[in-house]
Amino acid sequence: MTVLRVENVTKRFGNFVALDKINLEVKKGEVYGFIGPNGAGKTTTIRILLGILKATEGRAEIFGLDAWNEAVKIHQNIAYVPGDVNLWPNLTGGEVIDLFVSLRGNVVKNRRDELIDRFDLDPTKKCGTYSKGNRQKVALIAAFAQNADLYILDEPTSGLDPLMERVFQECIREVKDEGKSVLLSSHILSEVEKLCDKVSIIRQGKIIESGTIKELRHLTRTNVKVVTKQPLSLTDIKGVYDIQAVEDEISFQVDNERLGEVIKYISEYEILALESKPPTLEDLFMHHYQERGDD
Amino acid sequence: MFDHLQQTGALTCFIWKRDKVRLLIWVLGISLGTIVLGAVYPGLFSTIEEQLIMAETMENPAMIAMFGPVYGNHLGAIFANQLLLFTALIVAIMSVLLVTRYTRQDEEAGRIEMIRSLPVGKLANLCSTLIILTIAHILIGLITSIGLTALRIETMDLTGSLLYGAVLSITGIFFAASTAFFAQRAETSRGTLGYSFAFLGLVYLVRAAGDNGTEILSLISPLGLLLRTKVYVNNHWWPILVTLLLSVIVAYFALMLNSIRDLEAGFIPARPGRKHASRFLQSPLGLALRLEKTTIIGWAIGMFILGASYGSIFGDVEKFFETSDLYQQMLPAIPGYSLNEQFVAMLLLITAIIAAIPVLLTILKLGAEENANRTEHLLARSVSRTKLIASYLSVAFISSILMQILGVLGLWSASAAVMEEPFKLGRLIIGALA
Repeated sequence: MTVLRVENVTKRFGNFVALDKINLEVKKGEVYGFIGPNGAGKTTTIRILLGILKATEGRAEIFGLDAWNEAVKIHQNIAYVPGDVNLWPNLTGGEVIDLFVSLRGNVVKNRRDELIDRFDLDPTKKCGTYSKGNRQKVALIAAFAQNADLYILDEPTSGLDPLMERVFQECIREVKDEGKSVLLSSHILSEVEKLCDKVSIIRQGKIIESGTIKELRHLTRTNVKVVTKQPLSLTDIKGVYDIQAVEDEISFQVDNERLGEVIKYISEYEILALESKPPTLEDLFMHHYQERGDD
Repeated sequence: MFDHLQQTGALTCFIWKRDKVRLLIWVLGISLGTIVLGAVYPGLFSTIEEQLIMAETMENPAMIAMFGPVYGNHLGAIFANQLLLFTALIVAIMSVLLVTRYTRQDEEAGRIEMIRSLPVGKLANLCSTLIILTIAHILIGLITSIGLTALRIETMDLTGSLLYGAVLSITGIFFAASTAFFAQRAETSRGTLGYSFAFLGLVYLVRAAGDNGTEILSLISPLGLLLRTKVYVNNHWWPILVTLLLSVIVAYFALMLNSIRDLEAGFIPARPGRKHASRFLQSPLGLALRLEKTTIIGWAIGMFILGASYGSIFGDVEKFFETSDLYQQMLPAIPGYSLNEQFVAMLLLITAIIAAIPVLLTILKLGAEENANRTEHLLARSVSRTKLIASYLSVAFISSILMQILGVLGLWSASAAVMEEPFKLGRLIIGALA
């Protein structure tokens, strides 16, 4: 079942094209990663989904309802955390959480206090005195304190310390286990890799890659480190890149479809040690950017 | 439509909850201030003769331009003439500041984004802002009316006092609506304030021009129109109704624009700024001057107008002093100096005190910069604390001299226009700088 669908959405600000016919689809129970550099259009997409920006062309739907026209109805069942939480400086964190919770309804009993505990927030302090991380916690607590079918999170962990990041990851896993869906935009690729089932990479307003992380890996190269008894030269072999030799250890990248051939070739030189690692999401990400970075 | 207004009630309570102190200070400050002045007035102009002379003093073009037309010469008429327009201006300023605060400023800070991600209608925040402001203005009107009636001054009856309060309420409501409209047009809160205050200034000036000649101009300007109520003299109610209708129309347009626009966007895009800092900006002194530019220009214009308004009364001042016991006590005769000369010395003192305000603002700005953690960007570079404070002090020093000179220039140019033997400019400037 599709929870969120973006179809050919274009957004122009004057002459500037912020989004160019992008497509996204999040199914029930999925944690969907949305990655891309600053200014690529992640936040614009999310704001269109929240119905606070109007798409110039295309359709954005959540629960099958139009994101702009039926925002109020949709928002009863979604929770949102922005990457830069701004709050009223003269209200306390506790007051703001209660406000957000009461404006949406759907409270889960005791959840608020439990989350305040887990995120280690002092709710009696005024928001004006909170650090960025603490303001972030306020929004996260308000988001997870309620039942929602879809969580839209826009770089939610920016400013959180590693401990709190872990609490956040637990929260995501919990809602996932309950069958809820999550759209997670993030810069922290290891986090996306840990949490997400599917990923879309956006760049300059265009989705350049979508799929499961496994699928994306197939499109790229594997990192290999090898030590051989006989001296080995790989410079003329097809599909091998980025060769570096440190003492007798050679490391290189190889196109996945040529991995077998290359290993066969190396084995003739008597392998002493061999280590092969699938590309990390970071490798994937850099791969996409460096390859097209010059256009 | 109903969808757009979801949670308006909750947000109205929320504005009240987070800003009740500020709202109460505005409401009580304006209404109680008016009542206290109302209580003082009978003492200021106790005899009929004094009242007649005051009315006559107010009846010159400069005073009419500032305070509006004079409709009568009894105490109530003088009170309404001298205070109604200025109180209405304060109420309008309150509307501009508060509406900007609850709409554009919250939007700019990203707080509306949080609210709008909840099941809250697109128009709920703007509506709740207008509701809060309307309630506040009705309260101002009611308290003022009741208070003024309770003073039991013969020429300030119940109908007049009710109308007086109603003028204040409706002025506030109209400028709340117009600011709500500008908040949709502009992209930033500074822009909203800029457009709204420029509009207020325009409305005031069009009225000033109209009151001194072309009546139709005054009818176009809501402030001029509202003065046509002729409070305590004829008590016309129709300007209230017209302005109310106008407010509803403007508010409707504001709401309509709000419902179709993107969050954090405006209909008048902000101009792109400079790509590089000018040579001038690249020093602590340049930065201080740049940050204070608008404040200094604004105050400079203000000081000139203030000086001019003082200067404009010199034509009638001598005559007035001779008959007013109060002023004669304030300015005991000193041999060798005319009353005008003594009076001008007193005025220079007042302008000096007022000119100190922008100077203080500049120095306080440094404190504000420090609180916002912006000075650390400078101090972490090769700028000493002494150099930083010296930059602000020099800006303050230059602006203090500028303010005084402009105040005096205004005073001199206006007084030269109305007096038979004008003061010498040079002497005034030396006096002001002393």
